[in-house]
Amino acid sequence: MPVRDYLRERFFPHMWCPGCGHGTVLNALLRAVEKLGLDKNDIVMVSGIGCSARISGYVDFHTMHTLHGRALAFATGVKMSRPELTVLVPMGDGDALAIGGNHFLHAARRNIDMTAIIMNNRIYGMTGGQFSPLTGYGCFGTTAPYGNVDHDFDVVELSTAAGATFVARSTTYHVIELADIIKKAITHKGFSVVEVLSQCPTNFGRRNQLGSAVEMLETYKKQTVPLNSKAAQDAPDKIRRGIFVEKERPEYSNEYKKMIRTATGES
Amino acid sequence: MSRHLKFVQGNVACAEAALYAGLEFFAGYPITPSSEIAEFMAKRLPQSGGKFIQMEDEIASICAIIGASLTGRKVMTATSGPGFSLMQEALGYAVMTEIPCVIVNVQRGGPSTGLPTHVSQGDVNQARYGTHGEHAIVALTASTHQDIFAITVDAFNFAETYRTPVILLLDETTGHLRERLDVPKKDEIATVGRLKTSVQQGVDYHPYLPREDGRLPMSDFGGAHRYNVTGLFHDMWGFPTESPKIVYGLIRHLVDKIEHNADQMTRWKEYYTDDAPTVLISYGAASRSALHLVENRRKRGEKLGLLELQTLWPFPHALVREKCRHARAVVVVEMNMGQVLQQVKLAVDQPEKVFLANRIDGELITPTDIQNIIHVIQGKGV
Repeated sequence: MPVRDYLRERFFPHMWCPGCGHGTVLNALLRAVEKLGLDKNDIVMVSGIGCSARISGYVDFHTMHTLHGRALAFATGVKMSRPELTVLVPMGDGDALAIGGNHFLHAARRNIDMTAIIMNNRIYGMTGGQFSPLTGYGCFGTTAPYGNVDHDFDVVELSTAAGATFVARSTTYHVIELADIIKKAITHKGFSVVEVLSQCPTNFGRRNQLGSAVEMLETYKKQTVPLNSKAAQDAPDKIRRGIFVEKERPEYSNEYKKMIRTATGES
Repeated sequence: MSRHLKFVQGNVACAEAALYAGLEFFAGYPITPSSEIAEFMAKRLPQSGGKFIQMEDEIASICAIIGASLTGRKVMTATSGPGFSLMQEALGYAVMTEIPCVIVNVQRGGPSTGLPTHVSQGDVNQARYGTHGEHAIVALTASTHQDIFAITVDAFNFAETYRTPVILLLDETTGHLRERLDVPKKDEIATVGRLKTSVQQGVDYHPYLPREDGRLPMSDFGGAHRYNVTGLFHDMWGFPTESPKIVYGLIRHLVDKIEHNADQMTRWKEYYTDDAPTVLISYGAASRSALHLVENRRKRGEKLGLLELQTLWPFPHALVREKCRHARAVVVVEMNMGQVLQQVKLAVDQPEKVFLANRIDGELITPTDIQNIIHVIQGKGV
């Protein structure tokens, strides 16, 4: 099926700013879905609030645009109720890790089978550029006019510690790699986290002198290296990309199915 | 034995009724005095193939049930004051997206942590006004286990019929009190199933286009129709819009579908109201004490009557006006500072004849407490 058949084209052009990375995430996500040959009727996308969350309006799946930070909690109800469905949960960095931080930790701990995509632009874009938990020390935002004194999370370490069984990172520069990682994340049976560095030239780049969208993409190219590569060995300070965790652990809805068998005396 | 008698807590009566009504999914978080409902569900739901999940907080609990409801399940969560406060934003989401669900609030003393193990009826107004923005809400209550059972089934039926969250306002006293429950036989009480769309796959389905009778047939997530659900103002396809015309139409629809059907949802009981110059109005645990007093005084020839409300929202103003028409005094008996009193004053022709008999110290109001206040009203002193 052509990728455009997964889109609700009547809602285009999309509402993201020129140069925003989120459209690229949408592109990579749809290519992953297309490669997997998934039926549109079998996919539920649950999003929260923010620039990232608007992605659910553009895809022709069962889509639920919910509350700020709560997408994973709504998605847990969907998945528990209908484990056969593929559940995709795109979130922004503030959405997933500030207001939604607790739900994120517990979804990872349960290892419930869904794919969390954190579209990390390091800022609250929709509300005008306030700092997020991924903005980072020393960076600027409208609520960090003198430079941020808040430290950021490392999404990979956080997800791993919380128990996610698939953890990966990529960027909007590395589109082919990103689509491949999302494909693997969807296929993985358990809670999958994909952090995508996604440029916000309007509200993060401008305030932090990072240049145009193209320059920000160039930075992703220069400042990241594939995990376990020669380039990574040579540059210990650069950001790692790739799949950090891919392991098996009993999946929540599957375990619940077994519990039902115990409760009904079938096992 | 044809009858199914139990001796249980009110919380269990509510939980039994939820299963009777067809509950398939429950999400909750431990909180006194409602935890027995979650414990019951953890044990019983998987036995019937249903699902229970203990979430990380009350916010997640209500979000999870809304998600599950959208896949076609009957759903419920249960909590108490602090947890109910946390649920308010998602309650508004369920109102806006018209997703059926039942939220039980076994009321305890507040504000804040308050009195976790003591009774209160302080959340009547929070049930009505807790979530932001203009909206209508359905909130029900009951005072005996048999009535808690029936009203819980009503809660599920109203949620499905009107595609709305329904709040069950129980209280610590009835929640923890143990008394007899006669579980009705299957089909003895009617249960309303999910109204599903008859639109075939491939034909344009409008999830938010009401039928002529005002009802909105649903399509399960994962089913034949893909659509959008959002807490933003939305059009008949479920997509965001800022069109003033559509915004106005939706907010009117959300309020009118409840207010215009208020009569269908009004549940009450009355005792000796026909000839009573003094009518007590009460609900929940407080009405047990009120009824005790009324029956005792009747034996001594004093003409007291009681109107026990079971539907608190939409508030039955017309019913209250009718039942109080000939009363010289109306005494609202409740365990707060007059939340239902305010509504009764709005309902009756002479608000100056409405008095409050209340307790707000965490103790159950007693028949003697009510009697003393009636004496004061009658000019007899305490």
